[in-house]
Amino acid sequence: MIVDSNSEKIIRDDGVNYLNCDRGWKSWAFTLDHKRIGIMYLAGILLCFLLGGIMALLIRAELFTPGKLYLTEDKYNEFFTLHGAIMTFLFLIPSIPAAIGNFMLPIMVGAKDVAFPRMNLASFYLWVVGAIFFLLALGLGGLDTGWTFYTPYSTTTNSTVIAATMGVFILGFSSIFTGLNFIVTINKMRPAGMTWFRMPLLLWSLYATSIIQVLATPVLGITMILLTAEKMLGVGIFDPELGGDPVLYQHFFWFYSHPAVYIMILPAMGVISELMSVFSRKPIFGYRFIAYSSIAIALLGFLVWGHHMFLSADSPLAAVIFSALTFSVSIPSGIKVFNWLATMYKGSIRLDTPMCYALSFILLFGIGGLTGLFLGALATDVHLHDTYFVVAHFHYVMMGGTLIAFLAALHYWWPKMFGKMYSEKWAKVACLLIFIGFNWTFFPQFLLGSQGMPRRYARYEAEFEGLHRVSTTGAMVLGVGLGISACVLGYSLWRGKRAPRNPWGAATLEWQTGSPPPHHNFIGKPVLTDPYDYDDLVFDEEEGGFVRRRRRSSSEQEKPIKEPSIV
Amino acid sequence: MTFSIMDFVIFGSERSMFFPPPTSSTAAEVDSLFYFILWVCIVFFIVIVGVMGYCLIRYRERPGVKAEPSASHNNILEVTWTVIPGIFVGVIFYWGFVAFLDLRQSPDESYEIQVEAKMWNWSFTYPNGHVDNVLHVPVDKPVRLVMTSVDVIHSLYVPAFRVKMDVLPGRYSHTWFEANTVGDYTLFCTEYCGTKHSEMLSKVVVHPSGEFEKWLEDAANFLERMTPVEAGEILYQRRGCAQCHSIDGSAKVGPTFLDAFGSEQSLMDGSTITVDENYIRESILEPQAKVRVGYRPVMPTYQGQLKDEEINALIAYIKSLSEGSQVNP
Ligand code: HEC
Ligand SMILES: [Cu+2]
Ligand SMILES: [Cu+2]
Repeated sequence: MIVDSNSEKIIRDDGVNYLNCDRGWKSWAFTLDHKRIGIMYLAGILLCFLLGGIMALLIRAELFTPGKLYLTEDKYNEFFTLHGAIMTFLFLIPSIPAAIGNFMLPIMVGAKDVAFPRMNLASFYLWVVGAIFFLLALGLGGLDTGWTFYTPYSTTTNSTVIAATMGVFILGFSSIFTGLNFIVTINKMRPAGMTWFRMPLLLWSLYATSIIQVLATPVLGITMILLTAEKMLGVGIFDPELGGDPVLYQHFFWFYSHPAVYIMILPAMGVISELMSVFSRKPIFGYRFIAYSSIAIALLGFLVWGHHMFLSADSPLAAVIFSALTFSVSIPSGIKVFNWLATMYKGSIRLDTPMCYALSFILLFGIGGLTGLFLGALATDVHLHDTYFVVAHFHYVMMGGTLIAFLAALHYWWPKMFGKMYSEKWAKVACLLIFIGFNWTFFPQFLLGSQGMPRRYARYEAEFEGLHRVSTTGAMVLGVGLGISACVLGYSLWRGKRAPRNPWGAATLEWQTGSPPPHHNFIGKPVLTDPYDYDDLVFDEEEGGFVRRRRRSSSEQEKPIKEPSIV
Repeated sequence: MTFSIMDFVIFGSERSMFFPPPTSSTAAEVDSLFYFILWVCIVFFIVIVGVMGYCLIRYRERPGVKAEPSASHNNILEVTWTVIPGIFVGVIFYWGFVAFLDLRQSPDESYEIQVEAKMWNWSFTYPNGHVDNVLHVPVDKPVRLVMTSVDVIHSLYVPAFRVKMDVLPGRYSHTWFEANTVGDYTLFCTEYCGTKHSEMLSKVVVHPSGEFEKWLEDAANFLERMTPVEAGEILYQRRGCAQCHSIDGSAKVGPTFLDAFGSEQSLMDGSTITVDENYIRESILEPQAKVRVGYRPVMPTYQGQLKDEEINALIAYIKSLSEGSQVNP
C-alpha cells in the first residue's frame, strides 16, 4: 500500500493485509501476529458467549412456570452454574482485553506486535485448554456448585468440581500472560512522544486491568489448588469437619473475584471513553481524571471483597469497614459517567452504531451502578443479598456494562479488523432490540428481588410467577436482538462494503493504517498526533472515510497552531 | 397482584410494589432507607438521562457545524460532581450502618430458639426441648435465633421481616427479629445448597400474644396426647422425612413408605431384607449400615435426635401405610 505523504490518501493498494498475507491453517495455528491471535480469541469467546447465552435462555424458559417445566432441579443447577462460569471465566474476563485489546493495543502504540508474541500465543492456547476443561465438566455429568464453588458444598458434592477448578486455574495463567504482555508493551514500546498522558484512554484502562490480572489472578490459582487439594486429599483448610473454615474460602475467592469485576468493567470504561470522544468530535473531558481513576479503581478494588460476605460472619465491624470502602470505589466510577456526558456537551454528536451502544452502556451501567448503592448499604443488603435484586444488579453491570461495551467495541473496530462495513441500519435495529430486551429481562428482577425471591432457585412460589414471565419474555427479545446483531456482522464479512482506513474520523493511530492492517501494522512510521484532536480530520468522498488534512503554514492565523503532540 | 400508579408514586404505601408489608420491628427502617436510596437513584438517573437527551438534541451533528471549542477540564465542576454524590453516598453509608447495628444487636430479653439447617430442611428447637420444622414465635417479642448447619452453608431468610443470616457448619451465627403482626410468613434458604435448595422452605407462624405458650406446651407433649400413628405422621412431617420419602408410592430421594413395611428389598451389598421394625429402627439410627439398591446413601442419621418413643411412633406410622402389615408380625 502506498500512501501520499501529503494528504495521507492511499495512492495504490496492493491488497495485502494480515488476513491474506499467509494462508493455510498452520499460518493461523502457529502465528505470532497479535492481530491473528486477537481474531482467534474473538472467535473463541464468541463461541463461549453463544454457549453461555443458550444456557441463559434455557434457564429463563424453565422459570416461565413456578413448578417443573422441563428441567429437573439438578439439571437446572448445572445450567446456571455453567452459564455463570462460562460467561465470567471464558467470555467476560477475556472479552475486551484478550480479543479487542490484543488486536488494537500494539497498533495504538504504533508497534509491530506485543512485547512477547510467543507468550501471547501461549495465552490463547491456555485459554483453549481451560475451555476444554469446562466442556469436560459439562460432559462428565455437570457441575452444580454455582460459579463461586463455595465450600463445603463444592468439596462434598460428587460432581466434576475438579475439572472445572483446573479449568479456572489454567485460564488464570492465560489471563496473567495477557496482562503481563500488556504491561510490558505499554511501558516499553510506546513511540517517543507518546507520554503517559498522551496515550489513548483505552490504553490506560487496559494497563489498569493488566495490573489487576497480574496481582489478583495468582490468588485465584492458589485458591483453586487448595480447593482441589481439599477435595482430593482432605487437607482440612475449608472443611469444618476437619477443623477448617468454609468462610476462609469465600475470602480467598472474592479477593480475586471482586477485582475481577474491575477486570471486566475497566476495559469497558476505556472503550466508552474512546467512543464518546470520537463520536462527539471533541477531546475527552477530564482526561487526567479518567486516567487516574482507572488506576485508583484498580487499587481500591482490592480492598472491598468483604462486601460479598456481609452475612457470612458475625463481625459487624468488618462489615462496616467493607461497606465504607465499597462506597469509596463507587465515587470514581460514578464520576466517569459525568465526564462522558460532559464530553458530549458542545460536541457535534454522530449517532453511528458504536455510539448507540456507548449511550446504551451509559444508561445501563448507570442503573447497575446506582442499584449497587442498595447493596453497599448494610441494612438494605441484609434484605437484598442473594436475591434476584443482586442478579439484576450484576447483570446490569456485567451485561449492560461489559457486554454492551464489548459490542460497541466490536462494531467500532469491526471495519478495522475485517476491512468490511456492516449495515448501519440493521446494526442499529439490533442495538435497540438489545437495549429493550435487556431492560425487559432484568428490570423485573429488581422487583422480584426486593419482594423476596431468592436466587439460584429452580422452583419458586406462585406469587413470583408474573414477574418471572415478564423476564422470560424479555430474554427472548434480547436473544433475538443478539441474533440479529450476529447476522448483521456475519453478513458484512460476506457482502459488506469495503471499509476505508478511517470510517469514523478517529484520531488514534490504528486508523492511520489500512483496514485491515498489513502484517506489520504500518507501512512506514505512523504520524503521532493528539489522540483526541479531530480538527484536521475531514471526510473524503473518494476514500469513503476520513483523511487528515495537513495544516497549512503559519499564514493561516485564525487559530494558533498547537502541534498536538510530538511528530 | 395489580398495582396502580399511585402505589408506585407513594413508595412505602401499604401495598408497595417493592416489598411485602413490613411485619417486624426493624423492617420499616430498612424500607425507609431503601426508599431514600431509591429516590437518590431516581434523581441521579433523571439527571443523566436529561443531560444526555439535551446534548443529543442540541448538539447532534449538523452540516457545516463543528464541535464548539470548550474546556477539556474544569476543576470547579469536577469537584462539585465529586462532592455532591459523595455527600449522598456518605449519608447512605451512615444510615445503612446504624440500621444494620440494630439488625445485629438482639435485645437482652430475647426469646431464644435454636436453628439447625441441613440439606434440605430446617429444624427449630424451643427452650423446652420441642423440635419443629416450622418456626413458631410469639408476636411483639424479640426472638433470637442461634443457628448452625450440619452439612453445607445455608442462609435463613424471612422477607416479611427483612431478616437474613448465613447458617454455617461448625459454628453458630445469630440473628433476631420482633414480629409485630400475627400471620404466616415464608422462610427461605438463600445460600445455594444443592439439589433441593429451592425447596428448602419453611414457615414462620406468628402467634397472638398468650397463645404461643399454649401452642408450645401442646406441641411438646403430642406424644402423650396422640396415638402413635398420629404422632408418627406429625414427626414424619416435622422432622423432614417428607423431604425424601413419599407416602404415595413415588420415589423421591429415598424410597416411598407406601407399602414398604413387610416388603422384601435388595440391598447394595447384594443381600435382601424384609422391612420390619428392626430394619426401620436401624435405618433411622444408622442409615448407612444397609443401603437400598437404587438409592444414594444420603440419609442423615437421627441418632441422638429422636427419642425412643418417637422412633416407635414413626415405625407405627410407616406400618400403618402398608395394607398387609399384620401378616408379618
Ligand atoms: C436427605 C433425605 C432423607 C431424609 C431427610 C430421610 N431419609 Fe430415610 N432414606 C433416605 C434414602 C436415600 C434412603 C435409601 C438409602 C438407604 O437405605 O440408606 C432412606 C432409607 C430409609 C429407610 C429404609 C427404607 C427402605 O425401604 O429400605 C427408612 C425406614 C427411612 N429412610 C426412614 C426415614 C425417616 C423415619 C426419616 C425422618 C426421621 C428419614 N428417613 C429421613 C433419605 C432420607
Ligand atoms: Cu464485588
Ligand atoms: Cu439452600
